Order: sequence, then C-alpha cells, then structure tokens
Amino acid sequence: MSATTRVFRAPTANPTGWEVERIRKDFPALHQEVHGKPLVYLDNAATSQKPQAVIDALTAYYARDNANVHRGVHLLSERATDAYESARDRIQRHLNAASRREIVFVRQATEAINLVMASFGRTVVGAGDEVVISAIEHHANIVPWQMLCEEKGATLRVVPVDDRGDLIMDEYARLLGPRTRLVAITQVSNALGTVTPIKEIIRVAHRQNVPVLVDGAQAVPHQAVDVQDLDCDFFVFSGHKAYGPTGIGVLYGKEAWLERMPPYQGGGDMIKMVTFEKTIYNDLPYKFEAGTPHIAGAIGLATALDYLDGLGLDAIGAWEHELLVYGTELLQAVPGVRLIGTARRKAAVLSFVLDGVHAHDLGTILDHQGVAVRAGHHCAMPVMDRFGVPATVRASLGLYNTRGELETLASAVRTAREIFG
Amino acid sequence: MSDLRDLYQQVILDHNRKPRNFRVLEGANRTAEGYNPLCGDKIRLYLSVEDGVIKDAAFQGKGCAISKASASMMTASVIGKPLDEAEALFHRIHAMLTGEATSTIDAAGDGLGKLAVFAGVREFPSRIKCATLAWHTLRSALSGAAEPVSTE
Repeated sequence: MSATTRVFRAPTANPTGWEVERIRKDFPALHQEVHGKPLVYLDNAATSQKPQAVIDALTAYYARDNANVHRGVHLLSERATDAYESARDRIQRHLNAASRREIVFVRQATEAINLVMASFGRTVVGAGDEVVISAIEHHANIVPWQMLCEEKGATLRVVPVDDRGDLIMDEYARLLGPRTRLVAITQVSNALGTVTPIKEIIRVAHRQNVPVLVDGAQAVPHQAVDVQDLDCDFFVFSGHKAYGPTGIGVLYGKEAWLERMPPYQGGGDMIKMVTFEKTIYNDLPYKFEAGTPHIAGAIGLATALDYLDGLGLDAIGAWEHELLVYGTELLQAVPGVRLIGTARRKAAVLSFVLDGVHAHDLGTILDHQGVAVRAGHHCAMPVMDRFGVPATVRASLGLYNTRGELETLASAVRTAREIFG
Repeated sequence: MSDLRDLYQQVILDHNRKPRNFRVLEGANRTAEGYNPLCGDKIRLYLSVEDGVIKDAAFQGKGCAISKASASMMTASVIGKPLDEAEALFHRIHAMLTGEATSTIDAAGDGLGKLAVFAGVREFPSRIKCATLAWHTLRSALSGAAEPVSTE
C-alpha cells in the first residue's frame, strides 16, 4: 500500500494516512494503565515496545526450534541454525550490506562499538594518533574511545555543536589531520534528535582515507539505512530500539576491514581448529561470534525488521515527523518550556526543560499522569554540559504514538507548572 | 494528583524555592560532597563543629526539588545539635525514607517535626535517593574527622 493511496482515506484528520489506531493494536504493552491513567509511552529512544509478531517469534522459537546452532546434526539444531542464519540474511538486506559475511551479531550497539575499539582500534591506533567523535555522542560512543586513547597515548578530538545542536562541519574538517585514525559519529543524537549529515561526514573523512564508524542506534527505527550508499566502514545498532528484543545488536563492517581485524573474544564457534599449540580462527562473520549467540534475539530482530518494512520506513518517518512538528508546537505554547536541541534536521525527539522545575520532578509528575519519559542526562552528560542544563526531560516518539498522546504530554507539563506554582 | 501532593507538599516546594542555609560557610571545619549519579543531584555540605556541637551548617549545589528541600531542611534541623544527636537523626530519617523503620512511629515520621513531610517520598521509589542524598552527605561530613575546609 503506498502513501498516496492512504492519503485519500482520511485526508483531513490525518494527512499522512497513518492508521495509528490499527497499528497500536499490534503492541500489547501499550494497552495498560499506570497510576490509574492510560499509558502514554514516550520513551522510545531508550527502548521501544514490541509488536506481537516479535513476541510470537520468540515464543515460537523456544517452543519449537530451540537448539544450539552450527553444531548438531539433529533436526532441531538444523532448524535453529537455519532461522539464525536467515536472520543474518534479513539484516544484510535491511542494511543493503554487500555480503552476509559483513553482519556480526552482538549484544547491542555498545558491544559493537567495543568490538571495533578492541579489535580495529587496538590494531590501528598508536601513540600520538587521534580519534574523532562529536559533542553529541552517547556515552557508548565516547567511553570506549577514551579507554583506547588512554591505553595507547592517543588523543580524542571532539567535533563541536552549535546552539541548535547541529555539528559545526567546518570545525569537523579542521579536526581531521594526518594522525586521525578513525571517525566515530552518530547518525541521530539520542539526547537531542539531531540528524547529522552523516554522508558528508563520511565523504570528508574518506578524502583523507580515514575510516568512519556510524552509531545508527537511533537511526534504524526511524529511517531506511543503506550502508553501501553511505559508504561507512562500520555501522552499529541495537535491536531493542528498533522494536526487536533486548540483548541483540548488529555490527556491520566492510569485509576488507573485518578480514584484517583480530578476533574480539575467544571461545567456541569462532574457531576452525583448536590444538594447545595453535588455533585457526573461523571465517567471517563467525570469527567475531564466540560462544552460543542470542539465537532467539536474532530471529526476533529479523521479525521486527519485517514489521518495519511492512509498514514502510518512509511512511514511519513521515508520521513521526508530523508528530514532531505537532509536539514542538504544543510544548512551545507552554509558558516556561525551553526545547533543548532544535537542529535543522531532527528525528522525533523532544528534549526540554521547564523553568523552575527540575527534570526529575517533572519526570515524576508526568509519570503520575501516565506519561513515560526519560528524565536525566540520557547517557550524554557532555551534551547536558554543552547546553548548560543538569538534565532534561526527553519525550522520544515512535511509530505508534498519537497526536492525542502529545496533547496529554503538554497538559501534564502544565500540571507540573501548577504544582510548582 | 492527591498522591503527587503527598510528595510535593507546600513545605517542600517552599524549601525548594527558598532553600535555607544555601551558601558557602566561611570557617567550616567539616565538609563533604554528595552526588547522585543517577539523577545528577549534587551538593556540597559545610559544617562548623565546635565542642562536639554543630554550630552552623550550610550547603551549595543543584538538584531536584526533593534533594534541595531535603538539604535545606537537614541543615536547619542539625544546627545546634550535638554530633551524636545528628547521627541519631540520620538513622531515624533513613529508616523513615527507606521503609526500614523499626517502629510504626518512625515510619510515619512522628516526632520528626517538619522532617516528617518526607515520609511521602517512600511511595516514589525512584525518588528516595534524592531525599537521602543530603543525609548521607551529612554522615560523610561527620565521619570525615576535622578535614581541612575545601574552598572548591
């Protein structure tokens, strides 16, 4: 079904034709009350709720196919291996990776970044070298690089942001030097919603032969990603933010890099042959998958991507953008509200502070009206420092949120103002 | 809404708006820093202790209404108290906030005067640490025997 045919179904109430009420039925967790109020779940950047299809896929796997992969000659093991490897193919297609050998299953984006730090970073970064990140990174894309720099005597360089939360691209170009060994930058900021000009970032780095890791944790749930078109060297994301299970994530790496990189962890499955004298490592991608993987998680993630593609990522993006615009209007109309992060291109994240009311108090008051938001530093303390606030309240939207829920949010913020007088 | 009012009682809102003893205490001889990494609430507590008595107390820092009001009311309540009474007060408050009270009297906060307003925080598990922060900082300042005043 195309977006254009949908437009004619409900042209006035819902210009994008998004059948949100029907879609909400797919998500059982949305239909509950908290503190006696209907749940308004606006914490999707932390983790999204799961569609029934994903929950069913997990149940079906454990109820029917559960066995270890790549080992057994028995039927269940073959079925489990089949399902797990089909999930890898599904992810390869979703990211448009050139080969399934480039798709490594990990626990989440954090582990993927740590893998690249430990394997690629320790190999190519030496004393006096530099790693470039940006001022709007999640701690997961700061701390591993700090650890590496400390270990190697290298320097971490940080691309600054302007007052809207956009990266200052001139500064970025200046930071790239002959000692730059890697650029690691987010595609979408979790704290501010900034969509970075990632293609341009990669192009500029590649002009100097610097490889780029893209943190796609906040991009994958909201937009189509094509790693070949981006030409990124590494791309990481978490399943649980993309309507999939927790504990499963993906590292995409260009085969040429992955081939040259040493293993990350040792154990079963990542080997071809072991003697006490020598071990021959397995081929890609298994070289990076030591131990029994999260089989059910991989299957659940593939199901989540099927679900997203079924709705269409362009249509999801259009609906979320409509919500973003509406939510921005509603919040800006509340006296004392200041939005933190007003980048030119933004994902559906509304990070804000309210005059005279600390974010944690606001978070508690919203919770008691059924509105689930994140209140705090969003694992991005340097972002909070940059904008001179200790914490913000962040409403992060997903494909199942509604205009009515944003109205509830705005009215709950007004209630907080009343309580605090 | 009524249970929100249990948390955000007028006295708490008032101390949040106009925290008492919110300053650097010149001549303090005990000081400690308290930090709640989960929320980012931060306080620095200053005590002036003479002859085993807290002669004066003050604090600086930033945080949510609960943490600020708690620090404000904590300082107001320990000024003039001997160290052992302040320590005993810490235990009573801690018991009230964490629900580990040994008697129903302490659970309701009876006998704690204005400090009893924090009994409502117990119903908000994610906020208990905001209320206990100032008290843990007090304890740390009391146990950090006569350390030099930090001017930071």
